[in-house]
Amino acid sequence: MLNYLWGFMIVIGIVVGVLTGRISEVSTATINSSKEAISLCITMLGFMSLWTGIMNVARSAGIIGALTKALKPILRLLFPDIPKDHVVNEYIASNMIANILGLGWAATPMGLKAMKELKTLNKNSDLASVDMCTFLIINISSLQLIPVNIIAYRSQYGSVNPTEILGPAIIATCFSTLVGVLFSIIARRSCKK
Amino acid sequence: MKFLLYISDYIMPFVLFYVVGFGLLMKVNIYDDFVKGAEDGLKVVVGIIPTLVGLMVAIGILRASGALDWLSNLIMPVTDMLHFPSQLVPLVTIKMFSSSAATSLVLDIFKEYGPDSYIGRLTSIMMSCTETIFYTMSVYFLTAGVKKTRYTLAGALVATFAGVIASVIIVGFM
Repeated sequence: MLNYLWGFMIVIGIVVGVLTGRISEVSTATINSSKEAISLCITMLGFMSLWTGIMNVARSAGIIGALTKALKPILRLLFPDIPKDHVVNEYIASNMIANILGLGWAATPMGLKAMKELKTLNKNSDLASVDMCTFLIINISSLQLIPVNIIAYRSQYGSVNPTEILGPAIIATCFSTLVGVLFSIIARRSCKK
Repeated sequence: MKFLLYISDYIMPFVLFYVVGFGLLMKVNIYDDFVKGAEDGLKVVVGIIPTLVGLMVAIGILRASGALDWLSNLIMPVTDMLHFPSQLVPLVTIKMFSSSAATSLVLDIFKEYGPDSYIGRLTSIMMSCTETIFYTMSVYFLTAGVKKTRYTLAGALVATFAGVIASVIIVGFM
């Protein structure tokens, strides 16, 4: 996917640059953009490592474990057909909590394990189960407490108050997830009929 | 909406206070754990440097050549009708496919309009409530070996657009 996306962006950009006579700007942009990528990463190093450090403390203090447990009753509502003590509940809960806390790279391995278990529950069919659909729709609707990256980018580009978007962002992310949940519940019902 | 901004100021300090305070109560080695976790964060950022260099250069070329402005002028009649800034259409579209490509567009928008402008705030909120639909779906379903994905895409699109609409409404109050 990125092969084409990246390739076309560069090829089209350069062709348009020649046509509009802005090739010298294009030339400068290539050098400046690569420099900018590095200075951005330096800003991100600070906030990102602060966040992962704090989340590691949260993990060893048992906060993340407690949150995962607290999610269980909600999982019963979303996935009524999964056996109550099945290990997949664990995977789904950890995936969701990691996503909510902005630990995307920690969320994916758990999510993939959950998918494999859901596949076994689905008798290895190559048709997605209702539970898989619900799980992915909620995953993609992206419930996130603190958008760690966005805050780092905002401060890099001189925002007066990088965290001012936190409250509004929480409302928006709750709303999109709520819509995803409602969609899944309605779709599940109409599948059963 | 003052209240929301007030809450925003409290979230980060509160999370820090809660986690560190709770860690102290539970008598865990908070400092060692923090340092170890922070090291993981460093590795993640260093790992994305090559991707970010490649994509930011590509977006930089598109911006400097005028291709991005040309594209947003092209779709402006439609987006004006929907009261949505045309500059953000490429962003919403790319975000469905690639998170790192979306990141470089976000940075381009922050540079052009500033993170505290209407467009900058809308971008920030929108990016906090959307996910890379096609990428996530392909990774998860490929791993599970599932070919027919049923209504997953429809549900993901509905949730994403709900997020975009919510962002536009909320940013109007800021």
